[in-house]
Amino acid sequence: MARLTFMGGIHTYDGKELSMDKPTTVLLPKGDMVFPLTQHFGAAAKPLVSKGDEVLVGQKIGEADGLISSNIISSVSGTVKSIEKRLTTAGKMIDSIIITNDNEYKKIDGFGQDRDYTKMSEADIRKAVKEAGIVGLGGAGFPTHVKLTPKDSTKIDYVIVNGAECEPYLTSDYRLMLEEADKIVEGLKIVLRLFPNAKGIIAIEDNKPEAIKKIKELAANESNVEVVSVKTKYPQGGERQLVYATTGRKLNSRKLPSDVGCVVNNVGTVAAIYMAVAKNTPLTHRIITISGDAISEAQNFYAPIGMNYSEIIEAAGGFKSNPKKIVFGGPMMGLAMYTYDLPVTKTTSALLGFIEDEAAVEETPCIKCGKCYEHCPLNLMPNMLEMAGRFNEDDKFLKLDGMECCGCGCCSYVCPANRSLTQTIVQTKQTIQTKMKR
Amino acid sequence: MSDLFNVSAAPHKRSPITTKTIMQDVIIALIPASLFAIFNFGLRALLVILATVLASCITEYLYCRLMKKPVNPWDYSDVLTGLLLALNLPVSIPIWMAVLGGVFAILIVKMLYGGIGQNFMNPALAARVFLLISFPSRMSTFVLNQVSSPGIKDYLRDGVLVLDGVSGATPLGQLKSGETVDLLKMFVGHIGGTIGETSALALIIGAAYLVYRKVISLRIPLTYIVSFAVFALIFGGHGFDMNFLLGQVLGGGLILGAFFMATDYVTSPTTEKGQILFGVFLGVLTGLFRFVGSGVEGVSYAIIIGNLIVPLIDKVTRPRAFGKERVKDGK
Repeated sequence: MARLTFMGGIHTYDGKELSMDKPTTVLLPKGDMVFPLTQHFGAAAKPLVSKGDEVLVGQKIGEADGLISSNIISSVSGTVKSIEKRLTTAGKMIDSIIITNDNEYKKIDGFGQDRDYTKMSEADIRKAVKEAGIVGLGGAGFPTHVKLTPKDSTKIDYVIVNGAECEPYLTSDYRLMLEEADKIVEGLKIVLRLFPNAKGIIAIEDNKPEAIKKIKELAANESNVEVVSVKTKYPQGGERQLVYATTGRKLNSRKLPSDVGCVVNNVGTVAAIYMAVAKNTPLTHRIITISGDAISEAQNFYAPIGMNYSEIIEAAGGFKSNPKKIVFGGPMMGLAMYTYDLPVTKTTSALLGFIEDEAAVEETPCIKCGKCYEHCPLNLMPNMLEMAGRFNEDDKFLKLDGMECCGCGCCSYVCPANRSLTQTIVQTKQTIQTKMKR
Repeated sequence: MSDLFNVSAAPHKRSPITTKTIMQDVIIALIPASLFAIFNFGLRALLVILATVLASCITEYLYCRLMKKPVNPWDYSDVLTGLLLALNLPVSIPIWMAVLGGVFAILIVKMLYGGIGQNFMNPALAARVFLLISFPSRMSTFVLNQVSSPGIKDYLRDGVLVLDGVSGATPLGQLKSGETVDLLKMFVGHIGGTIGETSALALIIGAAYLVYRKVISLRIPLTYIVSFAVFALIFGGHGFDMNFLLGQVLGGGLILGAFFMATDYVTSPTTEKGQILFGVFLGVLTGLFRFVGSGVEGVSYAIIIGNLIVPLIDKVTRPRAFGKERVKDGK
């Protein structure tokens, strides 16, 4: 049963008005392109090219290494300059393929060719998704072909397309839903071919009426697809929250959506599936929101993967005042980096520049107000988890279900004492996970 | 390295609500009751308020300085403790007693246990009970009418001597001895009692502001008042006597205690279930004190005893994580 919402969560200034009405503009890169071999959840891809090789647009330059990994595709044609470690928006130094762009955009054979997916076998569809290097574009970057291959395809009841875009400031999914709604609906139809018993649900937060209207129009004739307007509340787009809001089914941290008969994909991912399967176009670009109060002209760009963010900021008119903080992704779960001299990757949906760093505030003692608990979408007690974490009380942390934390940031956001609850809990969780692996 | 941007863990946005704004809100919510108190009892009420507030603030500041602890950014929690204490004192209390109460609340109950967030009892109420035990007669002498023109010396030294008002029974005392009470007067607050407890109207206006600002929820106050009323109905010995029931609810410190003291974050349970349990516990305890015990009041004792079982309530009402199945193992 659909509840259209979930427990806890927060309402915050969403900042979407800065960029939501700006149509996506296509960007052409100028400088060298950087393709990190890890832009996804799982093992790094193996490079297929070496220094001096010529590459084409759409060429596979890195190959998935193992089951949970993903291919890396070149978005330009040119020459491989080197393979070296580069800093990424994930804050790590990662082996990357550097390509000098020849600005000719020569494509590989068959790039962009129409394919009739109704005549493709399920295996061919999955293979096309894998070859195209598609990963979850919502941020987690889980390889999509793995998601599309659950133990038993017949046990999937719902294919949920996540158009919630609950993170403040982000408008890339919104623009996609307005501008390329057909790709989302068609992409969902392709995914539904893999799951004979599944119904398609496209879930969109109700603060995006234009997108809901547009997608509803396009899906009107699809008897097996329902467009659901879910309540606007962060983190509505979290996998566990969205599955619950649309189907009433509950997931815990140890379960995958497929365990409760669901497959969840972001709208961008579904559109990428359409391009890969029906248009033979691998994942070479993504929509990126450039926003925040430090950016001159907040807007949305269709940017090639590998392009340097400094070129994108330039395209957005640069900074109108000096930013104190640069965040990649949304303000709730995104990563702050000390520089923006970084390449566009598959999973980063935004660059936000802020004049003030709201998180740079002094911590005061916990007053047990319970706001963190009240707003926790997973019904945890973050204040107690934080204490257990600080004093390395692993047993207590486990007993309080600390491992269930999804790191959404609601507790830190609401904390009147400005405590770094999310940070401490996520760190403790990772420490315990590492200890368990030993 | 000023060209590097700030880094920190997510989230990068913070809600504008801080401990300080919460404390400010509670102080604002107590303004109607304080103003009414000054109207009802005269300027001496203001003097008591100033005495406890100043005593609280100075005690906290000196403690931090003398113990060489960092003086926290001023969050107004000491002002609030002082104000709440004053509202729980009779207007005729000697000023030195009020000051002693303020020092006790901050020094013994709050700071010695680790400062804000660490006290296991409501500091203002603990101080009130300390004064009640130490000076029972001065703490339970309530007067209503103002003094016409007292000298300043009398004012400071000893309130009660110069107050020519009707000292004696509060509405609760009258109810205990079987009389009826004027409910309208009680609702408005033109009755005897501690400085801040008399006007249900002024307190409810303040409480409504706190609910509107989402500082408190109604779970604790309502379960407290309702369960107390039910207890009074069954065990009060007056059955469905509305004059008695409403008189019991409006009288004494119940409204002040339920909305402003029992809802203190630090000393109340966190979960919804826990808060309801806590409210019921307070209601029953207050009923026991008022109807079974020999006293006329019971709110202060009920709340500080309730404070003591909060850790236990928190433990038994620990929430189950979303999506977590009940584990049925025999271990």
